[in-house]
This record gives sequence, structure tokens and C-alpha cells, in this order.
Amino acid sequence: MSAVSAGAAALRDAFLSALVALGLFGAMIGLKTEVGPTSLVLVPRPWAVAIAVAVVFAGRLALLTWRAWRPAGTPSPRRLVTAGARAGRFVAPLLLVFAITLPAYAGRYWIDLGILVLTYVMLGWGLTIVVGLAGLLDLGYVAFYAVGAYSYALLAQNFGLGFWTCLPLAGLLAACWGLILGFPVLRLRGDYLAIVTLAFGEIIRIVLLNWVSLTNGPQGISGIPRPTLFGLTFTMDGGPGSVADFFGVEPDISQRVIFLYYVIFGLALLTNWVSLRLRRLPLGRAWEALREDEVACRALGINVTTTKLTAFAIGACFGGFAGAFFATRQAFISPESFTFMESATVLAIVVLGGLGSQLGVALAALVMIGGTELFREFAEYRMLIFGAALVVMMILRPRGLVSGRTPSVSLGSSRQISADLISQGRG
Amino acid sequence: MTPPSLLEVHELSMRFGGLTAVDGLSFTARASEITAVIGPNGAGKTTVFNCITGFYRPTSGGIALSAPGDGTLALERMPGHLIARRARVARTFQNIRLFAGMTVLENLLVAQHNALMPSVVNGLLAVFGLAGHARAERAAIERACFWLDAVDLTARADDPAGALPYGAQRRLEIARAMCTCPVLLCLDEPAAGLNPRESDELSVLLRRIRDGAGGEPGCSILLIEHDMGVVMRISDHIVVLDHGRKISDGTPADVRADPAVIAAYLGEGDEDEVTESAA
Amino acid sequence: MAYALQQLINGLTLGMIYGLIAVGYTMVYGIVGMINFAHGDIFMIGAFLSLIALTGLAAIGITSVPLALAITLLFAAAIAALYGWTVERIAYRPLRGSFRLAPLISAIGMSILLQNFAQVSQGARVKPMAPLIEGHISLFPDADFTTQISAMQIAIVITTLLVLGVFTWLVTRTPLGRAMRACEQDLKMAGLLGIDTDQTISLTFVIGAALAAVAGLMFLLYYGAIDFYIGFIAGVKAFTAAVLGGIGSLPGAVLGGLTIGLIETFWSAYFTVEYKDVAAFSILVVVLIFMPSGLLGRADVEKV
Repeated sequence: MSAVSAGAAALRDAFLSALVALGLFGAMIGLKTEVGPTSLVLVPRPWAVAIAVAVVFAGRLALLTWRAWRPAGTPSPRRLVTAGARAGRFVAPLLLVFAITLPAYAGRYWIDLGILVLTYVMLGWGLTIVVGLAGLLDLGYVAFYAVGAYSYALLAQNFGLGFWTCLPLAGLLAACWGLILGFPVLRLRGDYLAIVTLAFGEIIRIVLLNWVSLTNGPQGISGIPRPTLFGLTFTMDGGPGSVADFFGVEPDISQRVIFLYYVIFGLALLTNWVSLRLRRLPLGRAWEALREDEVACRALGINVTTTKLTAFAIGACFGGFAGAFFATRQAFISPESFTFMESATVLAIVVLGGLGSQLGVALAALVMIGGTELFREFAEYRMLIFGAALVVMMILRPRGLVSGRTPSVSLGSSRQISADLISQGRG
Repeated sequence: MTPPSLLEVHELSMRFGGLTAVDGLSFTARASEITAVIGPNGAGKTTVFNCITGFYRPTSGGIALSAPGDGTLALERMPGHLIARRARVARTFQNIRLFAGMTVLENLLVAQHNALMPSVVNGLLAVFGLAGHARAERAAIERACFWLDAVDLTARADDPAGALPYGAQRRLEIARAMCTCPVLLCLDEPAAGLNPRESDELSVLLRRIRDGAGGEPGCSILLIEHDMGVVMRISDHIVVLDHGRKISDGTPADVRADPAVIAAYLGEGDEDEVTESAA
Repeated sequence: MAYALQQLINGLTLGMIYGLIAVGYTMVYGIVGMINFAHGDIFMIGAFLSLIALTGLAAIGITSVPLALAITLLFAAAIAALYGWTVERIAYRPLRGSFRLAPLISAIGMSILLQNFAQVSQGARVKPMAPLIEGHISLFPDADFTTQISAMQIAIVITTLLVLGVFTWLVTRTPLGRAMRACEQDLKMAGLLGIDTDQTISLTFVIGAALAAVAGLMFLLYYGAIDFYIGFIAGVKAFTAAVLGGIGSLPGAVLGGLTIGLIETFWSAYFTVEYKDVAAFSILVVVLIFMPSGLLGRADVEKV
């Protein structure tokens, strides 16, 4: 095909795309409904449509041109990401060092962002046990996050218990909920399980919203106590029993922020350690076998229900820990923080990370949460970009950033298992 | 002297809606023997297997397993995983069902799950290095290595099971079933898709499993197979099914001479099987 | 009694709307085997398009209600169909035959994208609309509670039945329907037999989106107010309906929709309106525990 005809074809393609864009945007962007004095009025916005259509035209043309004229040596984005994944071996230690040293040189804003990212890393690692290892599609993980958060908030409020007492209780309660919810539904397969877990997530949120006498409903619970450092508090007055007083330094809000940062960092590492350890133990291997082939598991005498329940409960337990941390960090929680959006975000992090890959989850959380944060200036376009990014990243890398699997045990040298062989489970 | 009976299938029937797949079937499989179940396609062989291993609950009839030291177990009332765990009946599948994304060795360790993790509490304690897990794991790897050697897959222990060639996958599935320490091994067409040399090796392997070797006790085998060469060579006892009913039962020589069997294969079986059974 | 009848009528109307959306979920699931999470948002876009069309038609002086409704229906269905086509083309087709979870995440991304697109382009505020069809029929006027069927409800039920009638004809009597059913049975085999599977799948999304847009119009007429968030809630309910009816089964989707609609209305009428969603979801869980493939779904026979 000659360059001229290729160019003409590209132009034609871009023109058609623009035409589709005109159809899509003509009414939705071009005619904005405004609440007028008596009834709705339409505000025409032809220029906005023109810009949107032009952007689609130019974008499509640029994409086609780039595909056609890409110099031979230039890697495609797909391969670029693969190369990035291969570098993973060196990335993990670097990332760890970066995370440990962050508070030493970063300002308050960055540490806060770090706390947010680490919370999602922890949630991602917790959900990886359920989705990545056991292959059970859980669309309601936020329910356990909520259970953990409310457990701590209510225990602190009603019984005056501290964070470190409540943390294990919150995890335990979330695990119990995991068992209660899991028991009736775990024999469901595939997308039936997905919708039921989604429903459970919504049920918990609705109950939190409406059980006003217990949860204070939509107003939420405020004044949740902050964690202490071996009994020392982080009060601003620097009075006796405070960290500032004990160490003889000026009280500063950043001390508490840094402390919270290391708390979530430790919790995330705990999650990571437990799931890495479990992977090498019979329980974790049974999860992975379950993901690969449930029927074969049954034929080998593995109790499928119990195995699934343990995955569900342990995943829920870490969700509960993360929830308790969220409550203590915010000092305020309301049902608004526990919508399906959270479940979707965590699931997206897990899938984008590459199912079952610990490093992948950390990278995906960094990219998704950190990346979205960078767009904070474009407040209203932020989630729009988030949605588009999910689509684009899935298309570029359907198996996630770090795919492949490391065997849990080996006789000789351990080799990575290609992602193509690994099942994503049917549960 | 005939060996004691191990598995007694009594008046077993399985209906799916209006279709009767197995109809009042009774037969006995004796200990330390290879019992073959043969018959034309659609005779109900796999359905019988699924009933024995708990994947189907039979419509009526009984399946009794004389478990050593455990009396007689009624398999038709046990859930599938307990049949493998308590009654120690292991099976393979017609369409190979390996854990494709796990290594050969991992496949064999998953098979020893119950030995490695007697209870969930035990499994959780192992996270903290308690419950004597390390020792159990070493023993499990040893057992896995024994069977890897037996099926000639030691060199591929660290390869993903899904990457093995077809014949190796079949052998691995048998090794995996053997790692559960069964008293009865049910094989669903283990020779399907194997070349003649591989079929011969399979025959040797199955005899070895039956007789026991290298410290392993012998294990009875129940076998579904279309390859008459393999069946006639290694079976001690053959049960012939057609349309869900037993039409013949006896030694290979008896069955081969039975006019009812010849009629079933010539009358309704397909061409391949006729030539195979004649061979 | 009259009160219960009133709830029955309300529930059926609401159920019709859910049923229309559920059909789109179940069709796509039947053919591609994925949860099209963006479907609820296509419904929302359909509702917005209907609002824009109705407002625009009123502004240029078309006052005949049937005419305005017909134009709006066609307009919303056509543009929503274009959305359905585009979503499939951009977010799902590149992932066809890929791993199970990739299209799911892509769909969730699309859902977030569409929801925020509507928010950015049309604003976050609730858009009210004056009722278009007034009047009602009263039943049992002498009882202490008068049952009323509003003209709007009649219009909704009739339109839904008409649309479903056309749709049933399309699926059972036309070559396209045959191709769709073939793809549902076995996509690969259908492709080998010369069916253009890409095109069939595209058309499935187009039809599903058009039905969702009709549901959007009905929703707008029934509630008289919409915002960018209605897609998620209605989408989850409709998907619940599809699963309840047995996912992959078209009559099941309508039946599931009606069931969910009735549960919601009756629960709100006799118990607490706040927990109506809990009731709907609980019924789903209970039904699935006892009938794991839904009310009309094919039993998932495990082949071993």
C-alpha cells in the first residue's frame, strides 16, 4: 500500500471516528440541561462539541499515524510495559527503600498521599488472597473494610478501647463476617458469586446508613481516637504522656502523620508477609489449586468449601485491619466512604497488578491512586480520567503489570510460570 | 484363592431427567486386582465412575467399599471430598484435569493436602512455623519424588503441568492420584491419545501400582478404557456395560468369547472399537 | 386489598423498567459471557438523552405528547445504541478471548467514565421534569383506599410490552436473532460456520443499549427526575434481576425484573422504604442458594 493511499485511509478512518463522536457528543455535550426559573431549559454549547469532535479526530489520526509510521526499533506500548515488568526484580527493593525513607525528606502532603497509597496497597494485598490466589471474584470487599472501620469506631466510642486493642478485634470481626457471608454463597459459581458479594457490600452499606441508633447514619462517627505509641499520645498541647513530652521535642502534627505512615506501612508488610508465607503452605497451595481446577481438588479430597471459606475469611481479616486503620487515621467515618467504588478500585488494583503478584499490586496502587491524585487540579475530570485509564491499561496489559507466577516450591531452580497457563478461576 | 472384594456396586441406577444412564448395575471389584469397565460409547461407564467418586449422587442403589480398618463405607452417601479423603478412592479424568499453572511438583503436593494440613487451625499455625509443618513437607516432597520417578517425570518436576506433552500429563495425573495414598484408583481412559509405546509403558505402570513396589503397598485399580490391547493385557477382571446395563462379567478370556459382548460391539459400537476388540 | 393492588400495579411498572435493562445484561452475558458493568450507565445516558429531547421538542413547540414521545424514544434509542456500539468497540472488543477479569475491569472503567462524562457534560444536579402525561384511572373508588392507575403507568407498561414484543420477534424470527442465538450457544463454532461474530456481538450491544434507553425514558417519565448516579443503582438492580431470572435467559430477565420491582414496592409499602434494596438483595441470595442458576436459567451441569 502506498503512503498516499494509507494516508487517505487514515484520514477516512479519523473522519468516521469524528462522525461517531459527533453522534455521541452532539446532544450530551452540545445541549446542556439547566434548571430554569419555571422549567428545564437547554443551553447550547456548539463550541464544546466542536472541540470534543476535533480532539477525537486528531487523536484517532495521531494514533493511526503513529501505528503506521512507527520506526522499526520503537517498542509498542504493550512491549514497553512488558519491559517495565521485567525490571520488577530490581523495582521491589527500590520501592521498599523508597517507602521506608519517604518521611525523611517528603513533606506532609506526600506523606499523606503515601498513607493513602499504602492503605490501598494493603487492601489490594488482602483482596489478592481471595481473587488472585483462590480465584474467587469478590465485588464486595469494601464490606469488610467497613466492618473493620465501624468495629474500631464503635468499640472505641462505647467501651473506650484503644486502637491497638481494637485492631485485632476489628480483623477478627471482619473475618467472622467473611465466614457468615461466605458460607451460604461459596457454592455459587462465577458471576453469581460476583453479584452476591456485590449485593452483600451494598447491604452492609445500607444498614450502616440506616441503623442510626448504632452508627449515627449518614452523619457518621466522629472523634475516633488516634493510635498511641506504646501508650504515648500525639496531642498538640505536648502535655504529660504525649510523645512530644516524652522525647522532649516540640509537638508537631507531622509527628502523628509520620507515625500513621509507619503504622500502615507495617500493616501492609504484615499482610504481604502472611500471604507470601501462606502461598508456600498447604493452605495457600490448595487455594491456587482451587483457582486452577475445583473439580480436581474435590477428587483429591480437598474440602472445597472450607478452603474457600478460609480464603474469604483471611482476606476479610486484612480488610478489617485496613478499615480500623482508616477509621483511626480519618478520626471520622461515614457510610459514604464504603461504596462500590472502593471495591471496584481495589479489585482494579489487584487485576491491574497482575493477579496474585505482590509487587504488581503495589505498583498498580501507586499508579492508580497516586496517578489520580496528580489530577486533583482537574477536580471534576479526575474520575473521568480514572475510568479511561482503567480501560486503556486493561487493553494494553490484560494480564496486569506483573504477570506470571513463581512456583511455591521447587526441586531445582525455580522458574517463572507464564501467565498463559494460569487460570483466573471460575468462582 | 480369590482375593477379598474391595468395592461392591449393588443395583446402581442413575437417571438424568428421562435418560437412564446406569440401570441396576451390580459388580464387584476385588482387592489387588485390576478391574476394567468397558463398553461402547455412551454405555454409562463414566457415570458409574462419577457415582463411585461422589460427583453424582446415584438415583438408587448402593456402593460399598471395604476399607481396611474402617469397616464398610457407603460411598453413595458420602460427599466427594470425603470419598477421596476417608475412603481413599482416587481418580483421574477423561479430559485431563491438572493444575495447569502450577508445577509438576506442586501438583503432587496439592494431592497430599490432607496429610500436610490435617485441619484449618493446623494450617494457620503453620504460618508461624508451628505444627511440625516443615517435617511433613519434607515427607511429602519425598513421596512426590518417588512417584515422579515412577512415572518418569523427575526431570520436569519444576515445569508447569500445563506445558507438559499429552502423554506426560496423563502420567502426571496418575502420579497425582497415587500421592493421595489410595486403596482404589479409578482411571478414566488413561490410554486415550497415547501412542503404542506410551500405552505399553502405561501397562507396566498400572501393573506396578497394582502389585506395589519400593515400599508402596499395592493399590486396586478400576479402569475405563477403550484401548482393548491395554485392557486385555493387564485386567484381572472385566465388566462390560451397554446402555447402562451389565452384559458380561468375567476374566478377559471369558469376556472375549461372550456372544453378548460381540453383539454389543458389532451391532452398535463404532468401527474403531470393532477392530480394536478383534485385535 | 385495594392498597395491595395499588402496590402490585406500582411494582409491575417498576419491574418493567428493570426488566428492560436486565434484558441487555442477560443478552451480553449470554453471548460474550461478561458482566457489562457499563450497561446501567448506558441506561442513564438514555435517560439524559430523553430529557434533552423532550426539553428540546417542547422548546421548539411540538406539544403533541404521543409525537414527542415517539421522537424521543427513537432519538434516545438511536444515540444510546451508538454509545453501546462504541463502548463495545473501544473497551471490550480488544479484550475478546482474553482473561476473564480483564473485560470486567475494563467494563468497570467504562462505567466510571460514562458516569463522570454525564456529570461533567450535564452537571451534577438532579434534573427535574414536569410530568408529561397527566390523569389516572381510579379503581374501587368507594373503598377507604382508592387504587389509581396513572396514565403514565399505562403508557409505560404498553410501551414496554410493545418494545419487548418487537425484541422477541427480532430474536426468535429473524436471521439476526438466529445468529445471536447461535453465538450464544457456541461463539467459536458460529464463527466457523460463517456467522460474522464481531458484527453479531456489536448488534447485541446496540440492541441492549437501545432497550436500556427505552428504560431510561420510562424511568424519566415515571420518576420525573434523574441524575448522573441513577445508572449505578438501576444497573445493580437490573443485573440482580438478570441473575435472579437466570442469567442468559431472556424471559428470565423480564421475570427477574418484575420480581425485583414487586419486592421493592411491597417492601416499601409494608415495611421500611430504607431497607427495600436489602430486601431485594436478600431475596436474590436466598433464591440463588436454593436455585443456583436462577429462576429460569439452565442448570449448570458439571461435566467431569
